Amino acid sequence: MSALQKMMGWIDDRFPLTSTYKAHLSEYYAPKNFNFWYFFGSLALLVLVLQIVTGIFLTMNYKPDAELAFASVEYIMRDVEWGWLIRYMHSTGASLFFVVVYLHMFRGLMYGSYRKPRELLWIFGVLIYVALMAEAFLGYLLPWGQMSFWGAQVIVNLFSAVPFIGEDLSIWIRGDYVISDATLNRFFAFHVIALPLVLIALVAVHLVALHEVGSNNPDGIEIKKKKDPVTHIPLDGIPFHPYYTVKDIVGVVVFLMVFSAIVFFAPEMGGYFLEANNFIPADPLKTPLHIAPLWYFTPFYAILRAVPPLFGSQFPGVVAMGMSIVLLFFLPWLDRSKVKSIRYRGPIYKIALALFIVAFIGLGYLGLLPATPIATMIAQVFSVIYFLFFLLMPWYTSIDKTKPEPERVTG
Amino acid sequence: MKRLRTFIFLLAAAPVMAFAAGATVHLDKAPVNLGDQESLQRGARTFVNYCLNCHSAASMRYSRLQDLGLTEDQIKENLMFAADKPGETMKVGMTKADGAAWFGVTPPDLSVIARSRGADYLYTYMRSFYRDSSTATGWNNLVFNKVGMPHVLWTLQGEMAPVMKKEGEHEVIERLQLVKPGSLSLAEYDAMTGDLVNYLVWMGEPAQVQRKQLGVIVLAFLAVFFVVAYYLKKEYWKDIH
Repeated sequence: MSALQKMMGWIDDRFPLTSTYKAHLSEYYAPKNFNFWYFFGSLALLVLVLQIVTGIFLTMNYKPDAELAFASVEYIMRDVEWGWLIRYMHSTGASLFFVVVYLHMFRGLMYGSYRKPRELLWIFGVLIYVALMAEAFLGYLLPWGQMSFWGAQVIVNLFSAVPFIGEDLSIWIRGDYVISDATLNRFFAFHVIALPLVLIALVAVHLVALHEVGSNNPDGIEIKKKKDPVTHIPLDGIPFHPYYTVKDIVGVVVFLMVFSAIVFFAPEMGGYFLEANNFIPADPLKTPLHIAPLWYFTPFYAILRAVPPLFGSQFPGVVAMGMSIVLLFFLPWLDRSKVKSIRYRGPIYKIALALFIVAFIGLGYLGLLPATPIATMIAQVFSVIYFLFFLLMPWYTSIDKTKPEPERVTG
Repeated sequence: MKRLRTFIFLLAAAPVMAFAAGATVHLDKAPVNLGDQESLQRGARTFVNYCLNCHSAASMRYSRLQDLGLTEDQIKENLMFAADKPGETMKVGMTKADGAAWFGVTPPDLSVIARSRGADYLYTYMRSFYRDSSTATGWNNLVFNKVGMPHVLWTLQGEMAPVMKKEGEHEVIERLQLVKPGSLSLAEYDAMTGDLVNYLVWMGEPAQVQRKQLGVIVLAFLAVFFVVAYYLKKEYWKDIH
């Protein structure tokens, strides 16, 4: 026995190193037919790590103080060694996090990855998405620019629309009557420690759940149903390592090319990743003419604005916005189709999904614009489509004509 | 609740206001070229001579001007009037309260003004002052109505007066016309403000030149890495069918 084997034996007697490595990497069998859409899970993990590491270095020079915050960001951009790179990686990473998560979720919708037995896997995923939105919202206050300030003001004010307790609730969240130094301090605490802990814990359970039930695939069939009689390895499964590790490296490199192109050549991304107004220090006395949230929140913001006020209260809009996310949790039980993958579904689901995507992107676009009567009307149509996609799903998925699923995965 | 209603109202009114502000003003394209060090140096000189009396650039250190090809001695002798050490940032003696008392608002810090306003806006703004007896300073500006800032560069540009035209029932400004020449011709003035805006764009992010250069290297590395990763994947996957 070599020295290395001896050492591994010593560790394995005390910690399940080899068995964990096998269970999650070298003997975790993933379907061999993953396509393009299966890159985004590992990429989301990569972005999470990037955000945590760049975030740690930003924290070393950032000052969570209403008097100093804006200048400290510029200090990072100018006087900290490689500060501009770290900051742009963090700001670009925030937006790209949502890009990969949206694509990851769309993959789930296409191939029915939320269906039995992956309901909990999906729910943990939606929880990650919700935590990510909270994390992004909290982080956006920290540069303490005009958009930071007024964006936070608008969102926290949504809570004041809650009947009876709203006003007190919003003051409790802010720690003040307006967004202030107290708000900045608590948002900083939540952004750098509370939410990251929640995110990491949720990602861990998401992965544990995934490795318990096994990965879905573009055919939406269970590879565990067809195993080798001797080895009990799924016939269509291949070890995650090395096959998908080397494949994911290719995805990582392509992703890093897109990421670097933005970081080095267009860090503001035309105002979508870093808004021009956020280069003006926060001024509680000067409301900007047009307040738009960052692009990844705009679909929900458009839903909020699309719902007309009731008795002068914006509460119905707030409820609609909340419901648009809550519905995601029920997806595994709303879908009654006999098949999982879009490949074997009938035309009705394909049309429904296409309409849903058009509505979601349309809402995202409208949420960036000021609310004109025409824009509001279109947003209302898109909002109705958004909700009907979920609410009518039990009906249209059960009457949809499906094709037979194959026995084994196809190419 | 009240605040929310105000906000909803503002949202509803915003497009109208944006239209009102955006309809009349055409922004001229600023001649930004960060590769032109002499233009940046001239811009820096204009900046410290004319802007840095009221406007600070509190994130910008004098010593960073070395990036524009200047030596520390050149900076000290020609550009540093309000500081003792090159490591200091570009601050002004005027207090915020003084600024607010004299101009109605504190003159904003200009460190990142090019990033919030954009180069074209600044270039047009600097060339759009005109005489207006109805304002406190006697000056107004086409792109910033009732601006608190007087036309600091008027001895250079001269005085412009509006040429009016009828549009429906209203009289609107068609263009500006030089009524009293300054020490520069209008072409020279355009060149000078062009250099100044070029400098402001550079000052908004002094690392941007280095950033783009580094980006080329990073992308070239990733392109090579991609080829390696692609063939590595292909080699591993050749027996998977």
